Amino acid sequence: MSTLTTAEPAVRSTLLDFRDVDLVFPDGTAALGGVDLTVDRGEFVSIVGPSGCGKSTLLRIASGLESASGGAADVSASRIGYVFQDATLLPWRSVQGNVELLAELHRAGKADRAAKAAAAIGLVGLTGFEKHLPKQLSGGMKMRVSLARSLTLDPELFLFDEPFGALDEITRERLNDELLRLFAEQRFAGLFVTHSVSEAVYLSTKVVVMSGRPGSIVARFDVPFPLPRDPDIRFTPEFAALVGDVSHALREGHR
Amino acid sequence: MPTLQETAARRSTVARSALRPRRIRKRASWWQPVAAFAVFVGLWYAVAAYYDQTVELPYLVPYPHLVLQAIVHDTRPDGVPTGFNAELWAALGRTTVVSLVGLAAAIVLGVLWATVMAQAKGLEKALYPYAVVLQCVPILALVPLIGALFGYASLSRVIVTVMIALFPMVSNTLFGLQSVDRAQRELFELQGAGRLTRLRKLQIPAALPSIFVGLRTSAGLSVIGAIVGDQFFQRGDPGLGVLIQVTASRLMGPELYATIIIASLYGIAVFLAFGLIGRLAVGRWFDFS
Ligand SMILES: Nc1ncnc2c1ncn2[C@@H]1O[C@H](COP(=O)(O)OP(=O)(O)OP(=O)(O)O)[C@@H](O)[C@H]1O
Ligand SMILES: [Mg+2]
Repeated sequence: MSTLTTAEPAVRSTLLDFRDVDLVFPDGTAALGGVDLTVDRGEFVSIVGPSGCGKSTLLRIASGLESASGGAADVSASRIGYVFQDATLLPWRSVQGNVELLAELHRAGKADRAAKAAAAIGLVGLTGFEKHLPKQLSGGMKMRVSLARSLTLDPELFLFDEPFGALDEITRERLNDELLRLFAEQRFAGLFVTHSVSEAVYLSTKVVVMSGRPGSIVARFDVPFPLPRDPDIRFTPEFAALVGDVSHALREGHR
Repeated sequence: MPTLQETAARRSTVARSALRPRRIRKRASWWQPVAAFAVFVGLWYAVAAYYDQTVELPYLVPYPHLVLQAIVHDTRPDGVPTGFNAELWAALGRTTVVSLVGLAAAIVLGVLWATVMAQAKGLEKALYPYAVVLQCVPILALVPLIGALFGYASLSRVIVTVMIALFPMVSNTLFGLQSVDRAQRELFELQGAGRLTRLRKLQIPAALPSIFVGLRTSAGLSVIGAIVGDQFFQRGDPGLGVLIQVTASRLMGPELYATIIIASLYGIAVFLAFGLIGRLAVGRWFDFS
């Protein structure tokens, strides 16, 4: 039985609570096997794991796109942001139109929509590009638009599925810093899937490592570095040591 | 009519052209086409002279200037009034009406049909075969029936036009509606958007480029449909199709050629016009070339 609930914003500080969550697809593929995971208010949790271990599936369950076939998947965030791997912008809409989309789907008024969009576009540093079409933007800018689009929901829980996977190193690092800044300002809880261990460590308050399919969580690491984070922290021995530990756990889980 | 593949090819070209630097546009050159046209007209004169002097059947291949004369003047070169020129333009007008009315009906029917099919796989499986059947039925076989049911004048001409022009609208619209990718669909689903909202704000806009590709093909076909329909159903005022048959059977060489040329020019004009409309409508965000 799946028990996915989207309750009113509770005083409870746990926004996502997965206990022993299984998922077997109709074709018999066992994607998740006993996942235990919580995300609290103020936490930013990254998930690393081998390809095909069920990371996206886990986010899909959290968002309600998929339901668990076993265990309890409780999500008590009332507003959930979901950033896909691709920016998934509508090519016929301008930056402004794309960012307004979600509020529009929630039938917000025109002025309300425009105000929300303007604020979100400001947050991701795209002010001045409102009238541009997606085809006129770089990959990094498209990802920013996608971020801004989700920000208009003012999410309590933010799900990210490898959002920066397709970007070059420099753009990725810049967006990492912006995400950290947004996290500090907006106080959402984050669940972030990535293939990059150093990105996971740099962004997160907690990193979890998944095993190969059927995915389950095989290691958890608290990230002790204070927020806001200095970009140069990436070059310290402590950072390197933690990245090493996570990578090691990832390799172990792969066997 | 490989319009689906055409669209798919276009789409992948679009994806690729994002990576490739755009080719620098060649300077339009005017003299090669003009030279080719001059050669063509020269050859035409030669063949016309051969048919005039040697074969002695001048109406089979009339001289170009006689054809031009038939298009622009209501008199023969010797000054005899023909009344043909006025007839030609009136026929073009009637054919235009039939083809545009037929095209409009094909657009409405095609888009509705495809939208219904896009609602469920089961509906698509149930209804798509009939779109294919429609395209396979030899129209000629239905002519007596259509005539008996709807008369031998304009209405039947329009029906033939719709039957010929419908398929590209159905297939391209369906392809377009289904081209929305999964993540975009889920983006809407996550916000609890209903079927109608998704159709209006996602699927139809996403389908517009391929709808316009279908529209251009259908527009070209609607001209063929109107002319063929005209030849099947000859009651009432003649359109270009009737004019072609009449001039051919009366051995009116220049007039026959004039009618064929006007019909072709109209077909080309329609094709270009609808290509342009598509470009104006979605060229802002979609790259057709
Ligand atoms: N709808 C589905 N039906 C059947 N199997 C599926 C379905 N969706 C995903 N799977 C399978 O479930 C497994 C987990 O998929 P998932 O997309 O969650 O992996 P992932 O960890 O996100 O991988 P990646 O890192 O490559 O994105 C894969 O083996 C995949 O083939
Ligand atoms: Mg994935």
